[in-house]
Amino acid sequence: MAVKSLADLKKMSSEFKNTVSLRENGDNVDSLIQIKVAMATCGIASGAKEVMDFYLEELDKQGIKAVVTQTGCMGYCYAEPTIEVKLPGKDPIVFGHVNVEKASEILEKYIKNGELVEGIIPVNYETVK
Amino acid sequence: MKELALHILDILQNSTRAKAKRIDLNIFEDTVKNVYSIEIKDDGCGMSPELLAKVTDPFTTSRTTRKVGLGVPLFKHTAEQSGGHLEITSEVGVGTVIKATMQHDHIDRPILGSVAAVFVQTVASNPEIRFVYTHTKNGKSYVFDTDEVNEALDGMPIQSPEVINYLIGMINENLKDIGVD
Repeated sequence: MAVKSLADLKKMSSEFKNTVSLRENGDNVDSLIQIKVAMATCGIASGAKEVMDFYLEELDKQGIKAVVTQTGCMGYCYAEPTIEVKLPGKDPIVFGHVNVEKASEILEKYIKNGELVEGIIPVNYETVK
Repeated sequence: MKELALHILDILQNSTRAKAKRIDLNIFEDTVKNVYSIEIKDDGCGMSPELLAKVTDPFTTSRTTRKVGLGVPLFKHTAEQSGGHLEITSEVGVGTVIKATMQHDHIDRPILGSVAAVFVQTVASNPEIRFVYTHTKNGKSYVFDTDEVNEALDGMPIQSPEVINYLIGMINENLKDIGVD
C-alpha cells in the first residue's frame, strides 16, 4: 500500500493494530535486537547511511523485529562506518569498517545465529582530554 | 559529502545533541531566482559568541571523543563551492539557525539525494523531538510535521523499520508532486 497523506497513514496504522506483536515489542526495547549506526561526520562520509538503509530494508523484508537507530561518533573514526549491535540478553558489540557487504555478513552470522565475525572493536570508554 | 542530504543528516545530529525540543528543516528552491537554500533551525542550547566565532574551524568540537569537528566546515565548503555561503546565528538558551544558500544551477552544487531517508531516520532515532520539514519549490510546498504524523500513527512506534520505510515513501511521493527531482 502506498502511503501519501496523513489519512493513508492513519488507515495503515489501524490495519497494523491487528498485528499487535509490533506494538508489544515496541514497548519493550530490551527484548529486541538493537542496532546503532554511528552517524557523525566521519561515519556519514564513509557510508554509514548506506548501512542504515540496508538494515532498515533488510530487517523489514525478512520480518526480523529490531530497532535501528543513529548514534554519535564513538571515537573510532578510523574504522567508520561503525555499528553497535546488542542482541537481547547479551553485551553490546561494536563492529568497524562496516560496508553493506560486512553489514550483510553481520546480519546473517551474528544477528541471526550469534556467530561472531571479524571486525570487532574492543570497546573502552576513555576519552581524549 | 556526495549529496546535500548527507550534510543535512550531519547537521541535524548537531541539533539533536544540543538537546533541542523542536528542529525545523527548511529547503527552499527557486529556479527563477536561481536560489537553493537549506536551513536547519533548532531550539537547543545554542552557542556562546566565542564558540560561534570558531565553529567553522575544523579544530573546534564540543566532543571529548576526538579533537576535530568537520560537519560545519564541510557544509560551508559545499555552500561556497556552489556559488553561495553559509550563515550561522546562535544564542545561548534560544537555539541555533544554520543556513546554506547556493546557486540552484551551479555546476558544483551536489544533488539533494535521499533527503526523505535521512530525515525519517533521524526522526525515528529521536522520537522525543518534534521535527518539521518544509520543502518549497517554485512556490509549492510540502510540510512533514512529526506531531501530525505521530497523531496519525496513533501509538504505532515510529522506530519500527516498517513505519520508517512507509514514511520515506510518503515524503518521496509528496516531493515528486511539488516537482523536486
